[in-house]
Amino acid sequence: MSAPRQTLQLQVNGAEAEVRVGLHDSLLTVLRDQLQLTAAKRGCNQGVCGACTVVRDGYTVRACLSLAHGCTHADIETLEGLNQEASMQALQKAFAAESAFQCGFCAPGMLISAHALLLHNPSPDADQVRAAMSGNLCRCTGYAPIVVAVLQAAAHLRAQELAP
Amino acid sequence: MNTATKQFDALPEGAVGQSVTQLESDEKLTGQAQYIADMYRPGMLHGALLQSPHAHALIEGYDLSAAQALPGVRAIVTGMDLEPAHRMGAFIKDEPAMALDKVRYCGEIVAAVAADTEAIARQAARLIKVFYQVLPAALDPASALQEGAPLVHENTDSYIKVFDAGTQGNLCSRTSMREGDLESAWAQCDVVVEQVYHTPGQAHVSLEPCGALAEIDAAGRITLWSANQSVFRVQANVCEALGLPMTKLRCLTPRIGAGFGNKMEAHVQPVVVLLAMKARKPVKLILSREEDFETVRARHPATIRMKTGARRDGTLIARETELLLDGGAYGDDSPGVLGYALLMNCGPYNIAHVHAHGRVAYTHKMRFGAFRGFGVPQVTFASEQQIDAIARELDMDAFAIRRLNMKRDGDRWLGGQSIFSNGLAQCLDAVEQGSGWKHRPAQADTKAANSESRTGMGLAISAHISGLLATGAIVRMLEDGTLLLNTGAVDIGQGSNTALAQMCAQALQVPMDRVAIASPDTDGSPYNWGTTASRVTYMTGRSVVAAAGEVEKQIKKYAGAMMECAPEDIELRQGGSVGIKGVAAASLSFAQVSGYAHWAAGGPIIGSNSWVFDQKTVDPKRAVVLGLPFANIGVFSFVAQVVEVEVDTLSGKVRVPRAWTAADVGRAINPAMVRGQIEGALVQGIGYALTEELVWDGPRLANPSLMDYKIPTMAEVPPSHDIYIVETQEPTGPYGAKSVGELGINAVAAAVANGIVEATGARLTQLPLSAERVYQALYPQDFA
Repeated sequence: MSAPRQTLQLQVNGAEAEVRVGLHDSLLTVLRDQLQLTAAKRGCNQGVCGACTVVRDGYTVRACLSLAHGCTHADIETLEGLNQEASMQALQKAFAAESAFQCGFCAPGMLISAHALLLHNPSPDADQVRAAMSGNLCRCTGYAPIVVAVLQAAAHLRAQELAP
Repeated sequence: MNTATKQFDALPEGAVGQSVTQLESDEKLTGQAQYIADMYRPGMLHGALLQSPHAHALIEGYDLSAAQALPGVRAIVTGMDLEPAHRMGAFIKDEPAMALDKVRYCGEIVAAVAADTEAIARQAARLIKVFYQVLPAALDPASALQEGAPLVHENTDSYIKVFDAGTQGNLCSRTSMREGDLESAWAQCDVVVEQVYHTPGQAHVSLEPCGALAEIDAAGRITLWSANQSVFRVQANVCEALGLPMTKLRCLTPRIGAGFGNKMEAHVQPVVVLLAMKARKPVKLILSREEDFETVRARHPATIRMKTGARRDGTLIARETELLLDGGAYGDDSPGVLGYALLMNCGPYNIAHVHAHGRVAYTHKMRFGAFRGFGVPQVTFASEQQIDAIARELDMDAFAIRRLNMKRDGDRWLGGQSIFSNGLAQCLDAVEQGSGWKHRPAQADTKAANSESRTGMGLAISAHISGLLATGAIVRMLEDGTLLLNTGAVDIGQGSNTALAQMCAQALQVPMDRVAIASPDTDGSPYNWGTTASRVTYMTGRSVVAAAGEVEKQIKKYAGAMMECAPEDIELRQGGSVGIKGVAAASLSFAQVSGYAHWAAGGPIIGSNSWVFDQKTVDPKRAVVLGLPFANIGVFSFVAQVVEVEVDTLSGKVRVPRAWTAADVGRAINPAMVRGQIEGALVQGIGYALTEELVWDGPRLANPSLMDYKIPTMAEVPPSHDIYIVETQEPTGPYGAKSVGELGINAVAAAVANGIVEATGARLTQLPLSAERVYQALYPQDFA
């Protein structure tokens, strides 16, 4: 017998979304399979790799470890929504310029973690970037260009007075 | 051979040598890139696997009734759906699509389900009953090769082999290479070092787990998308495993979430195709991270006995290497890894008397196969430590002994192959100066400075090849004069689409935005063996330049006809036009020439090229070789690397705060991407050196998750890594380019091990150099 499913209202990228959810369904499953928001990736389904990182009420969470049922009163943002923001675009521009991605599978989660870091600390140094983003794994770049890109985007945003 | 040395005075935008941003930047950085898990098809079912709980067991039967009764289940496949004669394999065709009659490793796929949802498919897979007769297993390669060990394969004689493998019992393959007269050479040596080294299984951990999506049309023809490094190897493997003619299977590729060898040969594609054929509906199956660890493949655990001899002046004269690889249950790329590791066992040194020999053992474990470096990180860990040990014994500098013995112009590789370009000397100079090697503190000072922490520097060097097997390119000029480049080379994230487009743009002197890249498609792309063996820039790049040259010839022919002059009087002009030499006003755009060819005379302009690397690996007058599966492999890139290591003597923990890498990659087509390969390889190498190790608990992989298998994070990588690109001009390469994809990982573990010796005096012979192992090496009397 299949587990019972309920209809839930989620706030995703500023819009109401109605989904049919089982008690065990993760936010990642709902985002990817029901809302076709596939920027968040499933890399480990265990909360280790960070490829599924999304924003919940201003803080990053692992969508694979978040139950959809627990997100009904929360404001969820994914890369699809954050793409519109000038601060995210500054990060994307820096990531492109610095080759801070290769295969791109970690990039959505990496960008969201970077965005959240700059929201809370607009002037991080390299060590703070490394500490804040050590929960996002990348197997291609060796990380160094990611650190450079985040610092570069932060400097650009400070110069433009565009806080995330 | 000199295909592409033509240079232009002024470079068009995006031309060769510029750090053009990856063509896929926007889609990858906005989350729009589609990887295999992001793909959906109408009516698509979801697949799930059942894996074996035993390392070795006969399958006596299946009970599928409970699984079949579950609502939403559409198809179940098992070994019963396979023909025993249909087997796949890169070197030895020994592997069925899934377990057939028996299981050969814990985790092997024994059944698969297609259902309306992934949850139903997974539930149904758990409801399948398999009746096993459990058999004793051979889990260790050395004991697997002993008389009386449980056999992994009963009848290896019946398997098709593509070379003289020497397969017998649990011996999967054996290789031997001999040069000079090793036995009498030992007597000439003043110093001899001999040691046994152990290296672990390493998991690829591409961030994207493997998966596939297959769809069958009304006529029974199948379209297959999958995480792969070669649509052509996917096609060959699936067709061999399922007995399909290649005309029945079209292989395509979505974006790839990285591949380090794991996605080159088949993983779950044959099973997914079988499910789609049975369900007659599209089926997608994405492996969980745990399934990816357990069923795909990993770097070979290796045991290396190595002996090196030198004269008092430091001249290396004798080397014996005996290599034993754990091949796991199926041959996969193991014979290739063994042969290549032996070919590279001496590193870039001249050693007159060499015997390198080794074996791959079948065991009841997951298959081991290609992983960045392809056997070279293992032998380099041993070799570069022996060079270092000899230097210490002779009181020679680490750079001096390497300069004394390294390959120079005119020298040949082990086996006899020519080296056409060699920037190793410049690489050594660059890292020696960059690291301040000569001015590094003496060992005694670093001890005195801090009682708990010791620092030291380690040096190691290595090489890699660029040329192997077949490739092609088609350049089509579209009606409007823009260009479509089609190579069949899968960009696995490293940026080959960009580098190949740069070469095409350069060859025809057009801006990058006039060149589009066709996605690899076995129906429409020219054959490409694969994005593997560091070969795409060199091999496919040469085809791109040659195919673009064909286009140039046709443009000149038609432009000559249009302007009533000889094709020889026509010249390419920058930005997509041609003109009459010496007559600036007489010019035609590519659009005009292409329009003429399409609508008036000659026909659409299509340039194509294909070739296979055909430079002999072995000169039989020089070397005696048995069972080397690469008849033609070569064109060498070189690397020199210094790392600074910091050893915490209280815990044994090792850090690498700084690194310096110099690589001779020929001409750097895209310097930023060259750096990206070197940077990524360093960090993957640091993982190999310090933390990464697959561990088995009896027959079962004990750490198949990212929680338990530790790859480096941003907090652990060297904060400082200086990279020096040493550009040589490879005369056979496109615009002088050679390889870089694997080169950067080869020397890392050896450099770290040599640094630990300098820091502490302890020489470790087993990877990873974990805190526990370093601690035990620091205080041997406590662990006697």
